[in-house]
Amino acid sequence: MQEFLQYFFSGMTNGAIYGVIALGFSMLYRSTDLINFSHGEFVMIGALTMVTLTMGFRIPVLPAIIMTTICVAFLGLLFERLAIRTVRRPEPIVLIIITVGASIFLRGTAMLIWGKDAYAMPSFTPHPPIDIAGARLLMQSIWIITISVLIAGSLHFFYKKTLAGKAMHACAINKQAAWLVGIPFKVMILLAFGISTGMGGVAGTIIAPITMPAYDMGTMLGLKGFCAAMLGGLGSLWGSVLGGFLLGILEALGVGFISSGLKDAMAFLLLLLVLYFRPGGIISAVSVKRF
Amino acid sequence: MSSKNKHRITAIIAGILTAACLMLASPAGADSAKDPIKIGGIFSVTGPASFLGDPERKSMTMAIDQINEAGGIDGRMLEAVIYDTEGDPSRAVMNARRLINRDNVTAIVGPSLTPTSLAAVPVAERARVPMISCAAGNRITEPIKPWVFKTAQSDIHAVSSIYKHLQENDLTKIAIITVSDSFGESGRDQLIEQADDFGLELVVQENFGVSDTDMTAQLTNIRRAQPDAIICWGTNPGPAVVARNIDQLDIDIPLYMSHGVASPRFIDLAGDTAEGILLPTGRILVADILPDDDPQKQILKDYIEAYETRFQEPASAFGGYAFDAINLLAKAMKGTDGDKNKIRDNLENIENHVGISGTFNFSETDHNGLAPDAFVMVRIQDGTWELVD
Repeated sequence: MQEFLQYFFSGMTNGAIYGVIALGFSMLYRSTDLINFSHGEFVMIGALTMVTLTMGFRIPVLPAIIMTTICVAFLGLLFERLAIRTVRRPEPIVLIIITVGASIFLRGTAMLIWGKDAYAMPSFTPHPPIDIAGARLLMQSIWIITISVLIAGSLHFFYKKTLAGKAMHACAINKQAAWLVGIPFKVMILLAFGISTGMGGVAGTIIAPITMPAYDMGTMLGLKGFCAAMLGGLGSLWGSVLGGFLLGILEALGVGFISSGLKDAMAFLLLLLVLYFRPGGIISAVSVKRF
Repeated sequence: MSSKNKHRITAIIAGILTAACLMLASPAGADSAKDPIKIGGIFSVTGPASFLGDPERKSMTMAIDQINEAGGIDGRMLEAVIYDTEGDPSRAVMNARRLINRDNVTAIVGPSLTPTSLAAVPVAERARVPMISCAAGNRITEPIKPWVFKTAQSDIHAVSSIYKHLQENDLTKIAIITVSDSFGESGRDQLIEQADDFGLELVVQENFGVSDTDMTAQLTNIRRAQPDAIICWGTNPGPAVVARNIDQLDIDIPLYMSHGVASPRFIDLAGDTAEGILLPTGRILVADILPDDDPQKQILKDYIEAYETRFQEPASAFGGYAFDAINLLAKAMKGTDGDKNKIRDNLENIENHVGISGTFNFSETDHNGLAPDAFVMVRIQDGTWELVD
């Protein structure tokens, strides 16, 4: 029982991380029909900026999180304005390849700024691990889980209750129709990029204390996040969170009860199975079409 | 028409003959004693492994400058021709071919990584050019390839240093947790292979991914197996996460790490949880606290001082691999006038060469030349290294 609980905690922590990253993918997909493969790199930049602000400039945690989020969101806006909007024939496949290119560019730039070493920073609150029935849970894991759920909740609120959220959704359904009813779809796409990458930034800040950020951490995180988003249902907010937790917990249980060598294989096997039986993910928000 | 053709053929033949004469004449015409001896370098200067390739490139140029300032080899200067592999094996092959065919180098130093080295080995072998790799993998010199040597300590020695320490402390049941990349896999193979020789029992083997952020699940498995000691094999940042997770789970078992984390950066990353960790390392990391009668102390101090004043960055063991390679080559080149066969033979006969990575004793059956004493065991104490006997 104690072991099972420990695997479960381990999975919850990783799962929450995957979940927040998946949220970024889903949110952008829902608003723009686009998959941003450089999302993991924005998470990486968020984590490294957080380390620089808290360790280098000695800024307290909360203001540092806010500053990092603003910085990363601004980077996302720049990315949309300079690389995405300027494309003459914005077909999905072209845009996706641009995001792949952007991820290489961002990784290279981060390597020049922060170097190749990993960094460390302390937890948000210096609390010893919590003992629950013999299993240990880090305080930072509780922060990660809380903040992830909070983000999903506020996004839900944004889409359901605010005009901007509804307008953004309208753009995703039909750009031209949205334009006809007076929704500035270019601004909406820009906003969607800002929010999505900003969320990547937040994800980076909360995982910085436990992951030891380095310039090359983004790729795997992005892949796992994408995997979680597909698992839960791309475009569905709660689906992403669910997919993240599911992926994290199954990975940890797999490591515990089967073999640690199969950890990554398990995630992708799970994805294949889900895509086979439920192509839209567990909670499918959008109808699936093939290219 | 035919006479025109004839004229043309004559002209071509004449041209070829003149060119041939010129080519034959040129070596005799130039003063061969003044020609520099070219040495090729193939390093991962950029890309993910640049932490290896960059100090290696710098150390190679530094070693060559030092030799040239001292008068070169038998009056001939050395000249470095260095190419970057970006860590890519196919580029390593291209670079090796270019060095051999176009630059006509006398010997090659590098590549920096095991995969790039293994890719370049057949090229050097076929062209019969001495090559001294800077990578750690055993397979580079095992089985022996006549023209290939290497200067980096291999995993074999690191593992036997750890196992010796375990044996001395009567720890017999061990758990291993290794990273799933080539470094971790090679380490795991050695850990498994040598366990019997030291009378140790592997009770559990776990893996972790290169960028995994939480290893508590694996460590829970390890705890359940109740080992006497845990050995973690990986490069930053994974092992630091392992150290932190062990602290989180409150597992009170001696923790051993590989030489892959033998850098101050590991202590930064793992913080307080690094305390008490034991690991094997090359002497360069602990040059300051080595006893004065250590044969390597002086050369280590000289190297570190020269490197740090010239490049304004901390010296690392990695640069030492290339530094050793150049100095070994310089020793082997004396009196050969650039004859590759003689250089190879001389390399194989080098004995008691004190370098950065250890004391080299090459032979027909050993092209790495190092013994387990190339490593010393250290313990992390109060945020710094402490020698253990």
